[in-house]
Amino acid sequence: MTQLLELPSYLEQDDAVRDRFTRLKQRPVTLEVKGLCKDFETPASETVTALKDINFKTHKREFVCVIGPSGCGKSTLIRILAGLEIPTSGQVLLDGKEVKGPGQDRGMVFQGYTLFPWLTVKRNVMFGLQQAGHSNEVAEEDARQWIDLVGLTQFVDSYPHQLSGGMKQRVAIARALANQPRVLLMDEPFGALDAQTRSKMQSYLMEIWQNIDITILFITHDLDEAIYLADRILVLKAHPGEVQELIEVPVPQPRSPEQLLSPEFLATKKRLEDLIHPPEEGDVIDSDKMNMVRMVPVNHEVESVF
Amino acid sequence: MSTTSTMQWFAVRKDLRPRPRFIISVMSFVLPILLWSLFSYVPWLWHPKVEISDPGAVSYFKQGMLVDKDLFYQELTKLEDSAMALPQGKPANPIYLPAPHEVAVAFYTAFTTEPKRRSEKWLHESLWDSIQVIFWGFFLSSLIGVPLGIMAGTYDFFSRLFEPFIEFFRYLPAPAFGALAVAILGIHHAPKIAIIFIGTFFQQVLVVSNTARKLDPSLLEAAQTLGAKNKSLLFKVVVPGILPDLYRDMRILLGWAWTYLIVAELIGTSSGITWFITQQARYKNFDNVFAAIMMIGIIGITTDLILAWLGRRFFPWQQQSARA
Repeated sequence: MTQLLELPSYLEQDDAVRDRFTRLKQRPVTLEVKGLCKDFETPASETVTALKDINFKTHKREFVCVIGPSGCGKSTLIRILAGLEIPTSGQVLLDGKEVKGPGQDRGMVFQGYTLFPWLTVKRNVMFGLQQAGHSNEVAEEDARQWIDLVGLTQFVDSYPHQLSGGMKQRVAIARALANQPRVLLMDEPFGALDAQTRSKMQSYLMEIWQNIDITILFITHDLDEAIYLADRILVLKAHPGEVQELIEVPVPQPRSPEQLLSPEFLATKKRLEDLIHPPEEGDVIDSDKMNMVRMVPVNHEVESVF
Repeated sequence: MSTTSTMQWFAVRKDLRPRPRFIISVMSFVLPILLWSLFSYVPWLWHPKVEISDPGAVSYFKQGMLVDKDLFYQELTKLEDSAMALPQGKPANPIYLPAPHEVAVAFYTAFTTEPKRRSEKWLHESLWDSIQVIFWGFFLSSLIGVPLGIMAGTYDFFSRLFEPFIEFFRYLPAPAFGALAVAILGIHHAPKIAIIFIGTFFQQVLVVSNTARKLDPSLLEAAQTLGAKNKSLLFKVVVPGILPDLYRDMRILLGWAWTYLIVAELIGTSSGITWFITQQARYKNFDNVFAAIMMIGIIGITTDLILAWLGRRFFPWQQQSARA
């Protein structure tokens, strides 16, 4: 394969970016993961290691993306952080305190929206506030503000089924943020959206992140999305799920869609491609291969598609 | 063109256009009635009997008597040789198949005819008895069955505690408890309510627990990340989340409760609509029997239609329930 473009190393950072990362790392640590392991028991009572010795830290108001091939346990990781699953060993610390079980200090946005279909947009956003013991008036007041922030004021009294996918996800984000969590965990939140809505949602999310005191941990399998959004990218590898690399994204902040073609961006993408789809080394597993043969006659009117 | 329209009529899982849809729904009622009318009014269709209009010289024939066709023609041929008066008659159906108009008349007169004996009840009183029995049986069953079902569907503990036994018990036919119910509860309404309770309750717990289990678990997870704990998970997520499905289950279960009614009402002193039906059958008033059976159907379908309509009001977020 010919290299079409001479790319810089993804490790090269210009002064502004380097300076920013130095400052970022001096910020207090919000989420810290120490020696996290997770084993699953299969029905055939074999033990499968989903996550093995995961260690990383996120700093205050940092945006971290988690990326990895399928089966690398990125969903398991975020579910453990949310407290929805219990790690086999290891610790999750939030502001230095160990977390046990789900809690309002960690908001979560799921790929499947998970809005309560029986509640209106307003009541969905009020849910967490009411659980936190706020009175209905306070909760409603707050909910209206959050709905206004995500630009859905005219839909306060609509039910989720009346909204488009993008709007549903904005409600889900508002609902998670209304509790004013320390960390926002997002599990492939835009995975079910079409490309256009997805890029719009990405800019909305950047805007929210820039204006609110929140640390975001964002799972995705889309390389562009990860580079575009993240300060740092946690790359996992599969079988077992381990940290492969923690990449500092050399693309300057604040981000804009034009940067998608900048040399730093492409260099980072190249690196991610290499990590996630490593060049095949001879022995390809037979089960993961097609057995295509030519089924078009030699004298067919379109002899070749090329 | 005709092929495309046929394809539209029989397209797999595609809705018909509103007009044919409506017409076919009406036909669903019209066709059976039409079939019934054909057998009742077209003399050469079936009609295995002959209604005697003039007995002629046959000594045991009486006016208005129904005799088998074979017998009638046998007597006729016997008399044709002699010069005696021939019996006259017209084809008729057996007494147990009254014609639609007879049933329609009976439907009306059943409400306006005074009972034959003082102690007996008017039809609407009998019906009211039946409705009360159904109501109490179903209400008491739901009062206990729905909470138990929700608990079993939500907590594995209760599922293990209740379901194996209930699974066993639901195979015991409710009418089998008739004698026991009478011995314990007397002969009036109580044992009948008990039979409907037994017939409904055990199914109900299992159906409701299944419905509760079908709630999307990610909604529970979302609620947990929003700070909901045990009790509010149950009351703020599980209960409202399954409500539309629960409501639909109740509609189906209410239908089942009706099927237990007839057996239940035979227990102890026969009462309600069942008493009316057996009584009328004894007098061979089959038009009344038909009218009473249809009344059950009409009450059933009306209740269901009202409940379905209310359901759409109650659960505006359920789009698909509109056609449940």
